[in-house]
Amino acid sequence: MSVLIFAEAEKGTLKKVGFEVASYGRALADLRCEPLIAVTINTNNVDALAQYGVDQIVQIQDDSLDIFSAQRYAQVIAQVAQQKAAKLVVLSSTADGRYMAPLVSVILDAGYASNVVALPSATAPLEVKRSCFTNKAFSHTTLSGETNIIGLANNSFGLHEKPSQPVIETLELTLDPDPVQSTSVEKVTGKVAIADADIVISGGRGLKGPENWHLIEDLAETLGAATACSKPVSDMGWRPHSEHVGQTGKPVASNLYIAIGVSGAIQHLAGINASKVKVVINNDPEAPFFKAADYGVVGDAFKVVPELTEKLKAFKSQTH
Amino acid sequence: MKVLVCISNVPDTTSKINFVEGDTRFDTNGVQFIINPNDEFGLTRAIWLQQQQQAEVTVLTVGDASCEPILRKCLAIGAQKALRIDTTATDGFAVAQEIAAHCKETSYDLIITGRESIDYNGGMVGGILTGLLGVGFVTNCISLEIENGTATLAREIDGGKENLTAQLPLVIGAQKGLVEEDDLIIPNMRGIMQARQKPLNVLAAQKNTPKSQVSKFEKPQPKGPVKLVAEDQLDELINLLHNEAKVI
Ligand SMILES: Cc1cc2nc3c(=O)[nH]c(=O)nc-3n(C[C@H](O)[C@H](O)[C@H](O)COP(=O)(O)OP(=O)(O)OC[C@H]3O[C@@H](n4cnc5c(N)ncnc54)[C@H](O)[C@@H]3O)c2cc1C
Ligand SMILES: Nc1ncnc2c1ncn2[C@@H]1O[C@H](COP(=O)(O)O)[C@@H](O)[C@H]1O
Repeated sequence: MSVLIFAEAEKGTLKKVGFEVASYGRALADLRCEPLIAVTINTNNVDALAQYGVDQIVQIQDDSLDIFSAQRYAQVIAQVAQQKAAKLVVLSSTADGRYMAPLVSVILDAGYASNVVALPSATAPLEVKRSCFTNKAFSHTTLSGETNIIGLANNSFGLHEKPSQPVIETLELTLDPDPVQSTSVEKVTGKVAIADADIVISGGRGLKGPENWHLIEDLAETLGAATACSKPVSDMGWRPHSEHVGQTGKPVASNLYIAIGVSGAIQHLAGINASKVKVVINNDPEAPFFKAADYGVVGDAFKVVPELTEKLKAFKSQTH
Repeated sequence: MKVLVCISNVPDTTSKINFVEGDTRFDTNGVQFIINPNDEFGLTRAIWLQQQQQAEVTVLTVGDASCEPILRKCLAIGAQKALRIDTTATDGFAVAQEIAAHCKETSYDLIITGRESIDYNGGMVGGILTGLLGVGFVTNCISLEIENGTATLAREIDGGKENLTAQLPLVIGAQKGLVEEDDLIIPNMRGIMQARQKPLNVLAAQKNTPKSQVSKFEKPQPKGPVKLVAEDQLDELINLLHNEAKVI
């Protein structure tokens, strides 16, 4: 028996979530006294997984998998799980991870819990803690499949180094076609994606109009952060929909979330609450966001934000 | 073209989330239930298919009789038929199995689920249903056009979007973008009156096998008070973020 993780890559290079899933998988494998196996697809730097305690790497190289296909990737993970007798599979909560996980669970007839935020509190039966009610609560859920899949919430476990000397093996698999065909991928270049960001800078209606977004963008650039916005801001077309965060938008689970001119409505907070540290900048001391934040500045964004950006630039140039 | 929209009955987004019976059950006291927002985007898209391409739109929920007001609302929005599979929705697997059993009896060209429910947040019913039916699946779906049995779609990915094509039958996971907020249909009096005449059929549940069970709910720890920094002390904010919170 073993624990299997899928280490996700982007353009052949492992993503940070791949290492987080490996870190979690290592701890889980230790709990169960089982080896940790990682499967990778068309990934060049698989050696990097040695930093995170992986015992064995199953490397799949197949040109037909260069373009992501949920059904074919799910087949890869399921077939490797079967071959390696993995009774526990850990996947990430990226868009692709969440897309594949239920498909893998059907192939393996496995139980599946998404949004898992911690190591299981018990392994037999398997009990996991997951977030639900859009971050307003957690549930302790028992998974009763013979095989089970854990979807690890982004940024909930962190990276834990534990060097190992993995055995690398390549495998050829026969896959069925996916009825869904990708025709093209449009990625915004030169910007940090919200899902991958350690820091997210978010602007609300308090910024008055799209012409003022340089305030958000300058601060984001200084911190290497992604930009986000509240729902009305995207509804009014000030910012693209892809930046809308909250209950009906994208979830955010960054290390740092800075909300500027955002009131902190319950639906907004629900979607960003999984972020570790929250900072609010708002001229109304009664804004509900102050109750949800760790740090706050009561002040006019048009004055505070440029000054903060300048000071951060100075700070960055000192520390680097 | 026959379209099925799977509807999850969820607490209103402003609801206070509390639990009863030793934190084992969600406290529905005083809670208003709504159509899961992602499902409502999907339903609106389905109604457009009905208006523009004569699709027949059925809505379905797996749940007890308390879900019926939401189904009536879907009928008032414009769905032609509503179905309720009469069982308590235990987990995503059980729900998907019930829906799959129905879809094997009555075939649909397009099955719309939401990207995720806002209560369970499983993000799994659509995918499991797909697996059980052996058809194509596109989740986080932000655009859908159907012509001659072929769907052209887009899905949101981390940092962009992907364009796709697929043959029907197909399952999608809907979200905002598939239609916009302003496109959502608010039922008018005529719709509400008509909804009363439309069929809402109750189907017996099949045998389903849940694969998970909630043993207990837990609320997040209450937060400590915010640390306020004066607007002329921004160096202090940077100091706190660097040395205390260690996030920059
Ligand atoms: C079903 C449903 C789902 C929803 N989902 C979401 C969601 O996913 N995400 C989301 O964000 N919202 C969502 N909402 C909307 C939500 O209820 C709020 O309306 C929205 O979050 C408010 O956006 P805002 O904070 O930008 O604007 P406002 O509430 O107008 O707040 C603007 C803030 O800016 C401050 N301000 C004004 N001027 C300045 C200045 N010069 N300097 C500093 N601060 C200033 C004000 O004090 C105020 O607090 C949803 C609503 C519903 C009903
Ligand atoms: N009880 C249910 N009845 C019908 N459809 C459901 C039910 N629960 C979930 N769904 C559908 O599955 C989607 C995803 O739900 P979930 O897997 O719970 O996040 C929802 O948006 C609905 O479209």
